Amino acid sequence: MTPFRDMRLPHAYQVTLGAPDDFEGWRDQARRLVQCDVPPDRVVWDAPGSAATDLFAQGDRRLPVPAAGAAQPRASRQFLQLAQSVTLHSDPERFSLLYRLLWRLQAQPRLMEDAADADVGQADRLARQVRRDIHKMRAFLRFRVVEEDSGAERYVAWFEPEHHILRANAGFFVRRFTTMRWSILTPQGTLHWDGESLQEGPPAERADAPSGDPTEDLWRRYYASIFNPARLKIGAMLKEMPRKYWKNMPEAALIPELVATAQAREATMVDSGRSMFEDAERPANLEQIANMIEACRRCPIGCNGTHAVAGEGPSRAPLMIVGEQPGDVEEQQGRPFVGPAGRLLRSHLEDAGLDLGAAWLTNAVKHFKFVPRGKRRLHQSPTAKEIDTCRWWVDSERLLVRPRLILALGASAARGLLGRTVSVQKERSRPHALEDGAELWITTHPSYLLRLQDDARAGEEARFAQDLRTVAGRLAELTS
Amino acid sequence: MTRQSVMERLEILADAAKYDASCASSGTARRNSKGGKGIGSTEGMGICHAYAPDGRCISLLKILLTNHCVFDCHYCINRKSSNTRRARFTPQEVVDLTLAFYRRNYIEGLFLSSGIVKSSSHTMEQLIEVARILRAEHDFRGYIHLKTIPEADPELVARAGLYADRVSINVELPTVAGLTRLAPDKSAGQIEGAMGTVKAAIVEAKDARTKFKSAPKFAPAGQSTQMIVGADAASDADIVGRASTLYDRFALRRVYYSAFSPIPDASAVLPLKRPPLIREHRLYQSDWLMRFYGYAPGEVQQVTDAGGMLPLDIDPKLAWALKFRERFPVDVNRAPREALLRVPGLGVRAVNAILAARRQRRLRLDDIARLTVSLAKVRPFLVAEDWRPVLLTDKADLRTLVAPRKAEQLELFVA
Repeated sequence: MTPFRDMRLPHAYQVTLGAPDDFEGWRDQARRLVQCDVPPDRVVWDAPGSAATDLFAQGDRRLPVPAAGAAQPRASRQFLQLAQSVTLHSDPERFSLLYRLLWRLQAQPRLMEDAADADVGQADRLARQVRRDIHKMRAFLRFRVVEEDSGAERYVAWFEPEHHILRANAGFFVRRFTTMRWSILTPQGTLHWDGESLQEGPPAERADAPSGDPTEDLWRRYYASIFNPARLKIGAMLKEMPRKYWKNMPEAALIPELVATAQAREATMVDSGRSMFEDAERPANLEQIANMIEACRRCPIGCNGTHAVAGEGPSRAPLMIVGEQPGDVEEQQGRPFVGPAGRLLRSHLEDAGLDLGAAWLTNAVKHFKFVPRGKRRLHQSPTAKEIDTCRWWVDSERLLVRPRLILALGASAARGLLGRTVSVQKERSRPHALEDGAELWITTHPSYLLRLQDDARAGEEARFAQDLRTVAGRLAELTS
Repeated sequence: MTRQSVMERLEILADAAKYDASCASSGTARRNSKGGKGIGSTEGMGICHAYAPDGRCISLLKILLTNHCVFDCHYCINRKSSNTRRARFTPQEVVDLTLAFYRRNYIEGLFLSSGIVKSSSHTMEQLIEVARILRAEHDFRGYIHLKTIPEADPELVARAGLYADRVSINVELPTVAGLTRLAPDKSAGQIEGAMGTVKAAIVEAKDARTKFKSAPKFAPAGQSTQMIVGADAASDADIVGRASTLYDRFALRRVYYSAFSPIPDASAVLPLKRPPLIREHRLYQSDWLMRFYGYAPGEVQQVTDAGGMLPLDIDPKLAWALKFRERFPVDVNRAPREALLRVPGLGVRAVNAILAARRQRRLRLDDIARLTVSLAKVRPFLVAEDWRPVLLTDKADLRTLVAPRKAEQLELFVA
C-alpha cells in the first residue's frame, strides 16, 4: 500500500500492534474490523520496528465498534495456522495480506485450498520463508560456554534471525537443552533459560556474546575432515547454507581454503591410486627380471639398501615354489631358500620325492625386510601393500615360466598369488584354480616349523610333509 | 609411537568415516529432554547443522570407533592393506565428544561405525557400549545411528536396535560378483541375513507395542543401506533393480548411493577415474520416482540406454516423458493424480496444490506458473483451460527445448 494511495482514503483506519510477532493482537483487531465491514484497502497495519510508523499519522486510530450481535467472522483452522507463521515474517505488508485473505474468506470459505490464487500463494511463500528461518536458527545457532560468577556453566549463543522468530523458536531450545543453562542473544531480543524458567530480555549486540570456545577447534577439525575433496559441490552447499549465516558459524571460516585446495587433494589421491607399474613393460626373460628387481624402488623395502634376490631354476619348470621374502642368508648369498628355513624345505622336498632341480624357486617379495638389532638383522613381515606391489614381479615370472602347479609357502606367498589374505590352515591341502589355468597349493612356511617346539613341531612337520607328498603326486598327474 | 591427541584421532577417524553417504537424522520417535537428567530431543524432521563444500549435510558426528580393520575390501580406505594412519577411540571418548558437540548445538547426535578389530562380535559390542553409555548413563535423548556389522552375533544386532534410532548394514556393491571381487571377506548372504534379522526385530517390536505400550522401541527410524556406484561394472538398470528388491524385502527406509570416490592409497583393483557425481544424482532421482511418484522399477529401467545406463544430461522423469510422448499432454483440470505426477517439472507438492485448487475453479496456465519453478519445462506436457501444446509435444526436437541448457555446468567445479 503506497502512501499516495492512502492519502486519497481519508477514512482509513490505522491499527498499531504491540509487537512485530503479535498474532493475537492482529487477530482481535482483524475480527473487529471484519465485523464492522471495513474493506482491506481502508486499513493500515503498523507494528513496532516497521518504518511505517507515523508516516500515516492521518489515519484514524479510533477503531469502529461492532454492533452488538454482529456475526463472528469465519476463518478455517488452516488459515489461522498459516496466519500465525506469516505474522512472524519481516515483510511490512504481512498484516495487510492476512487481513485481505480473512476478508475474502468470508465470501469464499474454501479460498485457502486454492494455492494458485495470488494472495494464498504469497501467504504460503511467506510462511515457508518463516519456517525456513526457524529451521535455520535451530541448525546454525552455535553455543559457546562461559563460566558464571557462581561457577556454573552457561551456554551463550549469538544469532541474527531474518524474521521475528525468536519467541516462536524458544520452545525448541527448551525441549532440547532442558538441563542446561543457556542464553540466546539476538538483535530482536534475548532469551535466558536457567533450567526451570524462561526469561525474555532486551535486544543485544554481538559484543555481548562470548568470542570463542576451545571445543570449536575440535569441531573445525571435524568439519575439515568429514569433507571429501573429491566431490566438491559448492552450489549445493550454498543453497542450504547461504553466506549470510557464515559469520556466526565457527567452521565456516575454513570453507575458502577447503574449496581452494580440493582439486589438488583429489589429484594427489588419484595419483597415489595409480599402479606403480602403469608404464612398465613386462620383462622379456628371466634375466631381465633379475636385473630389474635389483633396481626396483617401488616400495619401502626396495629402498632399504639390500640386494634383491631373484628366482632360480629351469626356465620352463612345471613346479613353482613361492616363499615370503629373502632372509638374512639369502640376501647375502643372492639365492633363494639357502638359509635355515630353506635347508629344512630342501630336505622335505627330497623326502617327498620332489625334484628341486625341476622347480622354479622364488619369493613373493624380492627384497629383505628387517630391523637391525645390534649386529643382527631381524626378519620383518612385509605388509599386504608391499606384497601387492611386488606381485607384478611374481606375475611376470609366472608369465615366463608358465608352471602347471604353484606351491605357496605361508600367508604372504598366498597373498602374492591370490591378491587377498587367506588363512593358511583353512586353505591348505587342496587345489585352488588360478586364472591362467595353473593350480595353486598352499601350505605353511618352513620358518613357521622352525619356531615350534617338540610335539607341536612334530605334528606340524608331519602335516607339512604330507602336503608336499600330495603336491608331488598331483604334479606327477599334471605332467604325465 | 607417541600417543595421538584427541584432535589427531578425531581427524583420522572422521576422515575414515566420510565415505559413508548417510547422515540423516529424521523419521524417528519424538523425544525431548523435559523431565530427564540429560539433554537431547528429536522432533521428526532431522536438522542439518552445517554443510561441507561437498554439498553434504552434517547432521551427526560421523566417526569410526577405530579404523584398524582385519578385512581387506578394495574400495575401502580402512582395509587391512592400506597405508592409512590408524587410530582408535575408547567408548568413553566418543561419548564425551558427542556430548560436547551436542551441547553447543553442532550436531543432532552420533553416527558410529567401526573397522573390525579382534572379531565382528567384539567390535559390535564396543559400538553398543558407546550407545549404552550415552543412553543409560547420560540420559541422552538425541539421535543415534549405529552401523551394524553383518558378521556379528544376531543377538548383538538386536541389542543395538534398543539404543539406536537407526541401524544400517551396507550391501556395499550392487552385484554379488562385485562384492566377491572387491570385498573378499564379506558375503552377500551374511549381509542379507543380518538385514533380515533387523527387519524381523523392527516388525516384532512394533507388534509388541500395539499390545503393550511399555514394550521397548527398536530402531524407530528403521534401517537403511548404502551401495557404492561406479566401482564395479553394475549398470544403472542393475542398481535400480537391486534397490527396489532391497526396499521390498527388507522394508528399508533409504538406500543410499555413493559414487565411488578416489581414496588415498587406493587398491590397484579399482578404477582410477571416479564416475561423474551426476550419475549418483540420477540414481537418487530414480529412487525418488519409485518411492514417491509411483514408477515401477521396470519403468525407470525403460529409459536406460543399451548398456543399462540412465541419461546423464536429463533427469529420468523427463527422459521417460520424452520416450512415452503418447501419454502427454496431461490435462491439469481432469487428469488423475498418478498422471499429473508424471509431468516433468511437477513435484508432489505442486500436484497436491493443483488437485486442491481445481476443486475451486478451472486452472489456467498462469495458475500453474505460480505453482511450479519453470513453466517452460512443464508447458509442453500439459493442457490447461487456456493452453494446449498442439505442436510442442510432437516436435522432434522437444528434447532440446526442455533439457537443461548446459549439463556440463553441474560438473564445473569437479573437473
